[in-house]
Amino acid sequence: MSTLHTLNKAPSNSSLWHDCQRALQAGDTLLLIENGVYGCADDTFTAQIIAADIKVYALRADLAARGITLSGDSGVAVASDDDFIRLSIENNKVISWF
Amino acid sequence: MKFSILIYGSPHNSQAVHTAYRYTKAALAAGHEVHRVFFYGESVLSGSFLNAPQRDEQNIMQLWHELALHHDLDLVICIAAALKRGVLDPTEAKRHEKPAHNIEAPFQLSGLGQLTEAILLSDRLVTFGG
Repeated sequence: MSTLHTLNKAPSNSSLWHDCQRALQAGDTLLLIENGVYGCADDTFTAQIIAADIKVYALRADLAARGITLSGDSGVAVASDDDFIRLSIENNKVISWF
Repeated sequence: MKFSILIYGSPHNSQAVHTAYRYTKAALAAGHEVHRVFFYGESVLSGSFLNAPQRDEQNIMQLWHELALHHDLDLVICIAAALKRGVLDPTEAKRHEKPAHNIEAPFQLSGLGQLTEAILLSDRLVTFGG
């Protein structure tokens, strides 16, 4: 059983990020959407999650709207809207953190 | 696969209604079924046809309206959340003796039973919060 987690708030909402991080299990996927994509700027956070065997994506349209370009070695992958659908299907359920 | 969509976020103070719209559109384009879109909390404001955004802004009510007509979507607005925010269909406007209504098909007012049914009948429920 794996879960897709979406997170739509910037890391300045630290309690939400903390709660989400605690709920992530190995094999889960985290998709950063809306202001959540600002989390890509915090390499230590994403590196910690990726090290725990969790795939991390950021939604392309939200990155573009905020002028964020991912560095190649961040370990965060860019997801299109179609990828969002695919990830919702590949995982058994979707949990939204907001 | 059968999806249902639950939206909480305000159309004015959050991106939820817009993200949910893009998600729904992508799911339909990929050939999936969207069983129901349920507007809850502040998101009910997006159903009002009295919204008159600036011309250079997206009219999210119109976008949902067109998508629903094209794909025969079930757009349900939570009736309790709607009434307290002045979002009324003709029946409720009459019942509460109000001079106007601002909801029309394909949007419809209904209760939480519709959300429960959607959860039971769908493979995935995807929530877009405010």
